[in-house]
Amino acid sequence: MQYDPNRPIWLQVMTDLQTEIATGKRAPGSKLPGGRDLAMTYSINPNTAARVYQELEKEGLCETRRGLGTFVTENEQHIVSLREGMARQAVRDFLERMAVLGISPEQAVEMIRKQED
Amino acid sequence: MLESRSITKKFGSKTAVDQVTVRFEPGHIYAVLGPNGSGKTTWMKMAAGLIKPTSGEVLFDGKPVNIESRKHIAYMSTEPYFYTWMTARDVGRYYEDFFEDFSYATYKRLLERMELTEDMKTSALSSGMMAKLKIAVTLARDAMVYMLDEPFNGIDLLARDEIRQTILERADESKVLLLSSHLVEEMEAIADKAVFIRKGQLVDQVDLEQLRTEKGISMADRYREIYGHEGAQA
Repeated sequence: MQYDPNRPIWLQVMTDLQTEIATGKRAPGSKLPGGRDLAMTYSINPNTAARVYQELEKEGLCETRRGLGTFVTENEQHIVSLREGMARQAVRDFLERMAVLGISPEQAVEMIRKQED
Repeated sequence: MLESRSITKKFGSKTAVDQVTVRFEPGHIYAVLGPNGSGKTTWMKMAAGLIKPTSGEVLFDGKPVNIESRKHIAYMSTEPYFYTWMTARDVGRYYEDFFEDFSYATYKRLLERMELTEDMKTSALSSGMMAKLKIAVTLARDAMVYMLDEPFNGIDLLARDEIRQTILERADESKVLLLSSHLVEEMEAIADKAVFIRKGQLVDQVDLEQLRTEKGISMADRYREIYGHEGAQA
């Protein structure tokens, strides 16, 4: 994975894992790699990897069971709201780029409709 | 765990390291940064107990570094240091004799991972292969402190990935890792702390994720801020 070195690395890895959880690539209740393995997989500092899990846990997206490891939450509601949150963010980003081009949200919606036909 | 207290090294009238006080804690990977000639290597050699400071002291676990502490500090210098007749196997045996914490099994695994074989002659290695061999033999020790001087120099892109992986595999909460390199971008994601040395003096120490969060800049950006045009000259 290529990182933007100007933004916190933990945030970038977290977003990547969130996408995998939101899309079901990592199923509810499935085991996540251990901190060290996560560090190796993403080629990141082990402390950064630990931070990723702390933050995911804060968001209720994973839980650590003592002695067993870290697992994706089984709470489907958390995953649904994660996906919705990410989708809303994608819309905001999109509208922001459209605004830069001088295109209003209404015009943007119109363009999407035409694209679909 | 490892600290230098106001250490200075003079070579004749030239001051290579000027009153550097710095402390390294286990569980972190530090990038030691500075342009060529800034004093990084001299500082590392003193920290490894290979050369003596003109003044000041280096403490390892609270005690001055000496022959004894070399058992716990694995240092990889930039100079080649194998006899030309040696094969990779000989290099491993040599280290095995020298360091109690050396594991030949780990060494063998690291060689394999970096696509080197035991029967390769060191005199026949390309610079990239030699660099990998040095990393393998240094990281096959189970030391408390690892100091790698320029681990990415002269190494192609793919081999750099392998070296990063190997370094990460060695890192844990009980160990201190110091990586000195002017290839700053190579260390952005694997280091969590950085120290900046300029003209023999310690000028800054930062937590990298904090730097990104609070200032929105990378380690390379901070490097440019500190060294400006003088970095480009080196």
